[in-house]
Formats: sequence, C-alpha cells, structure tokens
Amino acid sequence: MTPAPETLLDLHRRMLRIRLFEEEAGRLSEAGRIPGALHLYVGEEAVAAGVAAHLGPGDQVTSTHRGHGHLVAVGGDFRRMFAELFGRATGYCRGKGGSMHIADMDLGMLGANGIVGGGPPIAVGAAFSNKYRKTQNVTACFFGDGASNEGSFHEAANMAGLYRLPLIFVCENNGFGEFTRQDRHQAIRDIADRAAGYGFPGVVVDGMDVIAVYEAAGEAIARARRGEGPTLLECKTYRFYDHVGVRGMGVVYRSDDEVRAWRERDPITLLERRLAELGILDAAGAAAVRDQVQAEVREAVAFAESSPFPDPSALTEDVYAS
Amino acid sequence: MTTATAQRQLPVVMAINEALRQLMQEDPNVFLAGEDVALYGSVFGFSRGLLDEFGPERVVDTPISEAALVGLGVGAAATGLRPIIDIMFMDFMGVAMDQIVNQAAKMRYMFGGKARLPLTIHTMAGAGLNLAAQHSQSLEAWFCHVPGLKVVMASGPYEAKGLIIAAVHDDSPVIVVNNKALLGLAGHVPEEMYEIPLGQAAVVRPGTNFTIIATGRMVQESLAAAEKLLEHGIDAEVIDPRSLVPLDTATLVESVRKTHRALVVHEAVRFGGFGAEIAAQLQELAFDYLDAPVGRVGAPFSPVPFSPALEAHYVPNADRIASEVLRLLGRAG
Repeated sequence: MTPAPETLLDLHRRMLRIRLFEEEAGRLSEAGRIPGALHLYVGEEAVAAGVAAHLGPGDQVTSTHRGHGHLVAVGGDFRRMFAELFGRATGYCRGKGGSMHIADMDLGMLGANGIVGGGPPIAVGAAFSNKYRKTQNVTACFFGDGASNEGSFHEAANMAGLYRLPLIFVCENNGFGEFTRQDRHQAIRDIADRAAGYGFPGVVVDGMDVIAVYEAAGEAIARARRGEGPTLLECKTYRFYDHVGVRGMGVVYRSDDEVRAWRERDPITLLERRLAELGILDAAGAAAVRDQVQAEVREAVAFAESSPFPDPSALTEDVYAS
Repeated sequence: MTTATAQRQLPVVMAINEALRQLMQEDPNVFLAGEDVALYGSVFGFSRGLLDEFGPERVVDTPISEAALVGLGVGAAATGLRPIIDIMFMDFMGVAMDQIVNQAAKMRYMFGGKARLPLTIHTMAGAGLNLAAQHSQSLEAWFCHVPGLKVVMASGPYEAKGLIIAAVHDDSPVIVVNNKALLGLAGHVPEEMYEIPLGQAAVVRPGTNFTIIATGRMVQESLAAAEKLLEHGIDAEVIDPRSLVPLDTATLVESVRKTHRALVVHEAVRFGGFGAEIAAQLQELAFDYLDAPVGRVGAPFSPVPFSPALEAHYVPNADRIASEVLRLLGRAG
C-alpha cells in the first residue's frame, strides 16, 4: 500500500534537505572553507528520512560519524548546523562539537558520534528512560555495518532484547566499514540475522527505497511503542562519496562502475519517479522544492560564515554542569 | 555531649546502603543498575533490601555488559533520569572505558553545554583481599586525567555516605570509589541525609609539624602512622582530600604553609599516580614554605600480586608511611 501523498511529499522533502545540505557541506569542505573531517550521508537519505518520518517530540535518535543526515531528518536547523561545521559560536554545539558530534538535545538527537559503536549503549539508556518514565516514546539507534562488529552493539542488543525496550536498531549497511568491504569484515551477509541471537525480529529492507524503509520502520516503531520490544532494521544502502570527504570515484577499494550502478538507484530519483507516476509531483514541482531548499542552504551558509568564532574564554566552559 | 543519634556507628557497607535508600526515597528519578545489585543485593552486600523496597524497575540487575551498563546510565541521564551505575570492581571499568571517557565525560562539552549528565558511577577499588591483579586495582588516576569526570574516594563510612549523596545530587558524571577492604570498617554516620561537598578536603587529624595527604584506605593507615610518629615527637596533620576532582588545593597548601613538609599517600601505583599531581601542585603553590621535597608513598610498579606474602608488601601501610616521614625529616626510620 502506498503511503498518503502528503507522506510521500514529506519523505521527499526530508531527503532533499539532507542531500542539499550535504552537497553544500562537501563543496565547502573541498574548498577548504570548513575545518576538520566530513563524513557525508549522500546516498543514504532514504534511511534517515524513512525512519524519522515516524518520530516526534520526546523520541530520541543516536547517531554515527555520518550524523548530519539524522539531524536534518528530525528537523535540524540548517543555520545552526552550518555554523557548527564552520566552528562558530552560533553553532549547535557553540563550535565545540563540529561535524562528528553535532547534536540537538531539544530534538532528541543525542549526537553524532566519533566512536564506532558508541551510540547503541546510549540508545539503550534513552530507551530505558522512556520505559522508566512510562512515556510512549521510542529511540532510534542508527549504526553501520562496521559498528555491528563492535562489542558495544552486541551488549546493547542483548540488553534491549532482555528488557524489551522501546528501541529500533537501524543498521545503515552501506557495504563498507570505513574502506573495508562487508565481505572482508564479517562472515555474514545480512546483519539483520544477528537480531535472532537477542530475541527480537530482524528485517532486511532496500535502503534506497524510502517507501520500503518508511513502511518497515513504521511497523518496528509501532511495535516498540506497544511495548513489544526492539527490532533490528537493516537497510541496504550505499554512500556515494568517500568514507571521509567527497571524492567517491576512482578510489582503490571500489570501482567507478560500482558507484555508478548504485547512483542509478539514487533514492531521491527513485522517489521522484514514483511521485511523477502517481501524479503527485512533476519535474517542475520537484525542481521548485529543490530551489526552495537550496535557497535555505545558501542563506544558512551566509549566516554561518558571518557568525563570530567562539571567544577563547569559552574554551573551558561547560566541562562540568554548574 | 553528643546525642545517641550522633554516636550511631555503621560499617561502610551499611552507610552506602542507607545513602542509596535515602536517595531513592527522595527522588523517583534515581535508580540503581548493575551486575547482581538487585536480587543478590550486590556481591559486596551494599544494595541488600533495595529491590524489595523499590522494585525491579528501580533496582535493576543487568547482564555482565559494562559498556552497555555505563551507556544505560549515559542515555538515561541525558534524558532526565539520575542513574547510579555500579561497576562491581574498578578493574572492570576498562571494559566500559569508551562510554566513560568518550561519551559520559564529553557529552556536555561537545554539545556546547546543552547536555546535563547527572550520572553516578559507583565502584570498588583496592587490594588486600588476595583477589590478585584483575580484582584489586586502584585506577582513580585514569579518570582524574579526563576533563568532564569528577572523582571521589571514600576513606570510611561517614565519607562513603556523604560522598555518594553529593555525587548523585551533582549534575555532572561522578565516579565514586569505595575501597573493598574498608567495607566492614565502622564509624559514626548520621542518620539523616548529608552531603560531603565535592572539592572540600577534611583535616582528619590536625597536627603541627608534618602534613600527610592520603586518599581512600590510606587515610586509616596514615592515622595509624601519625600515632607512631608521636613517639618520635612528630605531630602529623592528616588530610583526606575526599574528592580528587575537583581537588581542594587550598586546604593542602594551607597545611603545608603551617608544617613545611608533606607526604602524599595512595594505594595506587606510585608512578604516574595522583600523588604526583598533588606533589606538583604543592611545589608550584607552596614552594617557599617547603623545607623538603614532597614525598610520595604508593604501590610498586607492578600488578597486584595474589600471594598474601607478596600482597602485604604491595599495599602501603602505617609502618611504611611512618618511616617515609622519618626519612623525609632526615631521621632513621
């Protein structure tokens, strides 16, 4: 069953927002205008969008190195995001976190994480807290195929299954742990198989098909809200750019042909084709949304670049709560 | 005259138990999670009876999964609860180091002050019970080096209760270290809730001509050493910092200005230990008042041995402390 037109448009918009934010961040990084390392989410937009469309106030997300997409998907503010990437005082983390630690506690986004596998135990804590406080809230824990080999993931999965926590583990299997292909870092093909070891369902979904992700995530999240415990949702996806930075083609660990083949299945193109078939949004309509978001991106970059850097006196602030 | 209540004696294990009970009675957001803390009441016995009183939602037995256990505390603290996470033996903190050092300690700072992390991690350190190298360590220096973590060490029942209450009330991550060899040590513990303010040292024995700064179990040994030193005409002042981070440097400096000599004593390995930090600070802040280099007593640079014959030499004791004081004074020990 196809989701309602407004849902499809919402998914489209969430994905476009991620894509255009990320493409701009990539350009800025290449041009040397933003410092540090950038782990782009481009190609994986369907996962964050399809899951986040089911989340609301009081729900939480734990994230990964590739965290911009998750924050945009739950409603992150472009201005404060770009300002953070630029290391400015107006950024989400006042310039203390940067790309790899960007967070918005008000949106329940508990941080991109510089540690592979750092998120799952924290997601267990957030989900425990939801259950303890008897809310109907859920926690979505995003992690990658690489993180699924970390002990922290297994400990978290065991605990979440044991306590039947309102948690959804979302594996963004983009085929590579950093630069190492999945078949060179784990013996299994479907990471969803691991859920069986912890007593909850594992589901494999096409991570380039946002409708498929949306529907599977919807079931898993509804299950969690009903108190029936976690689900492991494995989304088979692909990152169009490099592990870090923007190159993406002609690198030793994968072929240009492979990247091109996956780009044929660009999740945004796939959805736009569907929207056109359904008569919900034509090419001109899609272009209009794109222009609107692009304008927002430009405005946010201007805001960020004209924002002040943090004062050196802020260096040791907020080490402890006062 | 003190009242009957004021004279009430409790062993450390019961002081911890009473503190946890009062904290959970006071605030429904406080819960205790750890390995064997609920049904069994902890392998050390400090959480006995809490499951019956507060139920399994608030006194939570967890799998043996230290990383997920600390993560449980981080995620719960970040979303409004006030968790007390028990890591059975301090040695096991290595298994959870990422969650402690990279997540708990840094979340507030990395997020520009937006996160509040009222997380307490309670653990047992110390040698002397023939538990060998993986169940006997004193690793407090590891955590003192990490900005974002507060670290406190209890030297007796009064401190055990007051420090854990202060830790749980604090909005930052605090590591509360108790010493397993002290669990049976009884002393005066007020019945009501009280805090030992983090960052406030105690002069446990005032003295005039030597300063001994000791942490954890070494406070008791240092008090015994001070008695021995009296026979040599030395009136030693014994100071228990109680909290290592934040450290009450002022009280230490004030004492050295009076006595002109200091010895730092801890159970942890001396090399790279927290005593080096105290010694360095005293030399920076009170150099003109010092008549001798600041001395240090700690464990030798080795893992904790199993054999009682070896372990007795490993853990510093009153005799070693007293003889080191005498050595610093240029007298035969």
